[in-house]
Amino acid sequence: MTAAEELARRHRLQWWEALPWIASIACFFAFPNYLAFGAQVLITILFALSLDLVLGYAGIVTLGHAAFFGAGAYTVGMMAMHWGWTEPISGLLAAALVAGVIGLASGLVLLRTHGLTLLMLTLCTMALLEQGANMGAAWTGGFDGMPGLSFGKILGLFSFDVLYYRSQYLYALAALFLCFVIVRMLVYSSFGQSLTGVRENLLRMHAVGAPVRMRQVLVYTVSAALAGVAGALFTQANGYVNLAVLGLERSAGVMIVLILGGYGRLYGAFVGAFAYMVLEHVLAKAYPTAWQLGVGLTLVAVALFARNGVIGMIESLRRRFAGQGR
Amino acid sequence: MSTAIIETKDLCKNFGAIEVAREVNFRLERGARHALIGPNGAGKTTFVNLLTGLLLPSRGSVLLEGEDVTALAQAKRVKRGIARTFQINQLFRGLTVLENVCIAVSERLGVGGSMLRPAGKRADVIEEASRLIEMLQLGGDAGRRITELPYGRQRLVEIAIALGLNPRALLLDEPAAGTPSAESHILLDAIATLPRDIAVLIIEHDMDLVFRFAERITVLVSGAILAEGTPAQIAANHEVRAVYLGNALDV
Repeated sequence: MTAAEELARRHRLQWWEALPWIASIACFFAFPNYLAFGAQVLITILFALSLDLVLGYAGIVTLGHAAFFGAGAYTVGMMAMHWGWTEPISGLLAAALVAGVIGLASGLVLLRTHGLTLLMLTLCTMALLEQGANMGAAWTGGFDGMPGLSFGKILGLFSFDVLYYRSQYLYALAALFLCFVIVRMLVYSSFGQSLTGVRENLLRMHAVGAPVRMRQVLVYTVSAALAGVAGALFTQANGYVNLAVLGLERSAGVMIVLILGGYGRLYGAFVGAFAYMVLEHVLAKAYPTAWQLGVGLTLVAVALFARNGVIGMIESLRRRFAGQGR
Repeated sequence: MSTAIIETKDLCKNFGAIEVAREVNFRLERGARHALIGPNGAGKTTFVNLLTGLLLPSRGSVLLEGEDVTALAQAKRVKRGIARTFQINQLFRGLTVLENVCIAVSERLGVGGSMLRPAGKRADVIEEASRLIEMLQLGGDAGRRITELPYGRQRLVEIAIALGLNPRALLLDEPAAGTPSAESHILLDAIATLPRDIAVLIIEHDMDLVFRFAERITVLVSGAILAEGTPAQIAANHEVRAVYLGNALDV
């Protein structure tokens, strides 16, 4: 196979790309009692996917991505609370818009910097929003957030399912699928290829005449909008929003998810979110007092032995076997 | 006198108290084969950085086909036809050779920001990148990652990327540095067979290469031009011999 054919093949849809979606639908039928947990996994996948776009593909290091998750979460919360706007899908779009605008505005300032400065500024953006949400109690509910929110029927047909989370699960899955289609299109396009170029060598990217900062701001904005959708789904599925959606723990958590799954690999978000949350769930059940130790040890093992995450490990195993097969 | 493709007027650059470019007045003519030589630390790479916009001068100006581009960003100068290679490879190391060249070709064709079509389906970009890769005898390596290539082959990718930008002026910063002799002839052939409409400025320490390739030579010492002329004039210049060439060169 020539290099050109190999490149075209890599960008075509592969048969195994159907697996996560088939598995998600299978889980809906196989684990009806775990759909609340399943919906959280799907929301985390979407959040991790949005982070992968900036961190994995464009190489923009951020510890403040929860700012956009929180912006989306609070947008639908405040719309429902103060304006009685409970229509879910327009809520998602509004959340994407608000988070995207915050991404654009902060990106224009932040992305002039690199490295540790950038890292600190992303943290600052998140801290500013967190404090804003804390202090603007009249609008945001302050420290207590906004509990007991209810949302209208999805497409006017399906109510949010308080007990079994069936509609939440399918709704989150549909939103994740649509967002995934956008992300997949972006990362395999020439735009995505240029983002990888920015990640790999900034100096060279300038030297081939690419408008580097514009591309970075653009992808940061798209990523923020997607994180906003994830946040909005969180509020709609759970019926509450509080300061935890904007915290460092959420930002760091999603980064761990991505590192565990493998960043810059599109499906790393899926594997990472599933593995991390299932691990957390199982360990918390088995060892309610010391479960974090198990999660910590797993992460140490991944950092030491599988630096490109689970997907990276699978890739290197496949390469090794392919090498032996020759 | 016709308009030079690149011209500098009284170009100066200081890093604090250190002057790395001093009143440099230089012309790169259309289709030129021009070499820039000088001892280590003479300011050759800094001069290329000033031409490409990676550095801004402290004083003086850079003209591109007669138009002042001193304040123009690097990316915009690339669009106007200045391409370069780096002294130390600056490649997209995790990507394949084909992808490296495709990125350059996409930017030149203005499709680098296109979000809809998969890059793997852009036949125009891929065909052109493949042609350049073949031209530099990298065909067998097109699907390999940069990290899997020996250094000498990586130098060729540097040139392929620069050519992918379809430059009118190509600035080669020590293209043969670090290339083993077994591979350097491919590099030299590639440079020798560059289209004549591309003006080439080459920085090189390998005097065989310089005197074989260049039709005009500029000698830079301590940031200032010491001499300029044909290879024969430079080889006969006593001052240049004393400062840089020594007596080893026998032209």
